[in-house]
Amino acid sequence: MSAQPKIHIPHPTARPGEAPDFSYLKLSDAGSVERPPTDAALQDMEHLAFDLVRVLDDEFEAQGQWNPELGKDELLEALKLMTLVRAYDDRMLRMQRQGKITFYMQCLGEEATSIGPGMALRDSDMCFPHYRQQALYLMRGTGLLNMMCHCLSNTRDFCRGRQMPVFYQHAEGNVFTISGNLTTQYPQAVGWAMAAAIKGSDDIAASWIGDGSTAEADFHQALTFAAVYQAPVILNVVNNQWAISTFQAFAGGELRPFAARGPGYGIPGLRVDGNDLLATYAATQWAAERARNGGGPTLIEFVTYRGGAHSTSDDPSRYRPKDEWSAFPLGDPMVRLKGHLERLGHWSEQEQEDLEAEMKQHVTDTWKEACSYGTMTEGPFLDPHEMFEDLFEEMPQHLKEQQAEMLALEEK
Amino acid sequence: MAQMNMIQAINSALDVMLERDQNVVVMGQDVGYFGGVFRCTDGLQARHGEHRVLDSPISEGGIVATAIGMGVNGLRPVAEIQFADYIYPGFDQIASELARIRYRSDATFTAPVTIRSPCGGGIRGGQTHSQSPEGIFAHVSGIKTVMPSNPYDAKGLLISAIESNDPVVFFEPKRIYNGPFDGDPEKPAQSWASHAKGEVPEDYYSLPLDQAEVIKEGDEITIVTYGTLVHVALATAELLGVNAEVIDVRTLMPLDVMTLQKSVEKTGRCLVAHEATRFCGYGAELVASIQQACFWHLEAPIERVTGWDTPYPHAFEWSYFPGQKRMAAGIRRVMEAG
Ligand SMILES: Cc1ncc(C[n+]2csc(CCOP(=O)(O)OP(=O)(O)O)c2C)c(N)n1
Ligand SMILES: [Mg+2]
Repeated sequence: MSAQPKIHIPHPTARPGEAPDFSYLKLSDAGSVERPPTDAALQDMEHLAFDLVRVLDDEFEAQGQWNPELGKDELLEALKLMTLVRAYDDRMLRMQRQGKITFYMQCLGEEATSIGPGMALRDSDMCFPHYRQQALYLMRGTGLLNMMCHCLSNTRDFCRGRQMPVFYQHAEGNVFTISGNLTTQYPQAVGWAMAAAIKGSDDIAASWIGDGSTAEADFHQALTFAAVYQAPVILNVVNNQWAISTFQAFAGGELRPFAARGPGYGIPGLRVDGNDLLATYAATQWAAERARNGGGPTLIEFVTYRGGAHSTSDDPSRYRPKDEWSAFPLGDPMVRLKGHLERLGHWSEQEQEDLEAEMKQHVTDTWKEACSYGTMTEGPFLDPHEMFEDLFEEMPQHLKEQQAEMLALEEK
Repeated sequence: MAQMNMIQAINSALDVMLERDQNVVVMGQDVGYFGGVFRCTDGLQARHGEHRVLDSPISEGGIVATAIGMGVNGLRPVAEIQFADYIYPGFDQIASELARIRYRSDATFTAPVTIRSPCGGGIRGGQTHSQSPEGIFAHVSGIKTVMPSNPYDAKGLLISAIESNDPVVFFEPKRIYNGPFDGDPEKPAQSWASHAKGEVPEDYYSLPLDQAEVIKEGDEITIVTYGTLVHVALATAELLGVNAEVIDVRTLMPLDVMTLQKSVEKTGRCLVAHEATRFCGYGAELVASIQQACFWHLEAPIERVTGWDTPYPHAFEWSYFPGQKRMAAGIRRVMEAG
């Protein structure tokens, strides 16, 4: 073998102890990217996969054709949600550290990639999220209490203790059950969207995965089916630059933006500032209108940054600079949204402080209530015999026997 | 000799093989710079280079398939699948390709690939970080399936797996990575430090891929098991005061029927135990093989202690895990029958 093998090994631009370097991120000025009509031809908008759709500029002013012109109430609603999600994440992380829950995943820094899209969709549109879209569940009425009870695997847990924390579900709110297996939901969302079209409804589906997850075959299956059937679906890639310890270049983001996978399949790709709530809203609104009018699928890449550890099992200081997030050129979605509201004269530092205190209190109170339905160590507990239920519509004989065996053992 | 836990023993096996054979490459999600989410590949990239210890994209199908291609082109890849629960996107490449390349090409092409993957419950991982799918792989003709129960075996068997020209799927029970686990989650965690099987030579050694090991001799009952349940079986038999012969199968495929047969002919009673689900589980193969070989020596029906036939539920981990209580009930059923 030659001394210098000719295969390329991607590297992140900075490792622990080195200065963060985001020069690899191609940025566009806020407002500089044109918004094509939603029925534009693919070849006329391929550049959207390489540009960056941004609305909020550095002064937090909304710019350009993509400005969704959201009103005060909508902007405030988004900010409240963001503040609530942060308070929730913060509390749950601390509860995990204290051993009250077994595991947790936060979405720090990525909130706008769920909240903008969630607001731009109709309630009857179906969402297939991955595990960092907790905001979507809150928006769709899952309820903080129910989400906490799930994380506690307690007697009020909507999946009766069967899933690890953060694998939520909310059928009434049209948000699917989360799978631990990456990307599986992506082609399922396409199937849901195809069914909506077959049934003659104008509901659409939306799905979210991470940058790393685009490497799975399911990603490519989703795009193929979506393109072939022109399914009314929005396929989101949340590019937070990292997949546990591996830099997004290991999913192929180094050579082409993830959004550019779209045109290769015949699907428009939008590359969007994921930390700009107005941009995430506008992009989803555009793609939803396209899908609803029979224009077919859209692939959206939200460029963002994973502000925290991958999960409570992870220690990112082993593989990336500690201060990388603060150097991220697209900033913090909450600071930017708050800045925008302040700029419009709708909000103040004081009001934000009050809101944060209020959300914190709300989360604390709800946590207390959640614990009254049981914790991992203190009852009331779920009944373990229930583990045999729901595997099938009707329990087959061998499971009845195993359930009886478990009961008999307990009596001894 | 050094004292190692299972993670260190696996790391040492990989290190030794990367050193001995320039064709060995290690690949998988997060295995390179970071050293693996369970740290099994810690330090290997720094020592052996980025071209030999490769981080992989998150694509289990891609990992297995490229490992096959590398294997066909003369390398000896050791691929990690981060959790056994995530091996299924790679299953087609394993079952349809890896397992049959030698056969379908009349041995013109071969791919000496080893696939390592942590398996089993006991770390509060819920249904997607707890599975024991070994039976599915043992069922596929053309691959060897291995599961060690201690650091010494882990290193020796992994080295053999890497050296084997046949593909090997190598499952690592993650609950016993850091110490033996006797099935009682209330007890303080034990470490491998004071365990005889935690004594591991730092250099090269290998263990045969077709031999079960009698872990403890006894004459009242034979308990045939592997992985974490080896430790549960030992502890339970001791607790019950039953003089059990405990056999660690170690290599599920090929299976060392001879060692099982000798033992059951002596004891006349047999319990088969694994953490995986029961229905069509690997235990069914064990029971069938043993009863065929030992039918006229059996004094009682062979019983099974296994995981329930459900996914591994997060909240009921210890109701799901076949711990001492179920092991004891199984031993009693066999001892009291006939
Ligand atoms: C099929 C599968 N393979 C591996 C894993 C283990 N795993 C969980 S999250 C993760 C990283 C995902 O990164 P990304 O898609 O970028 O999402 P992010 O965590 O950054 O939001 C990995 C490898 C898994 N859950 N499923
Ligand atoms: Mg990511």
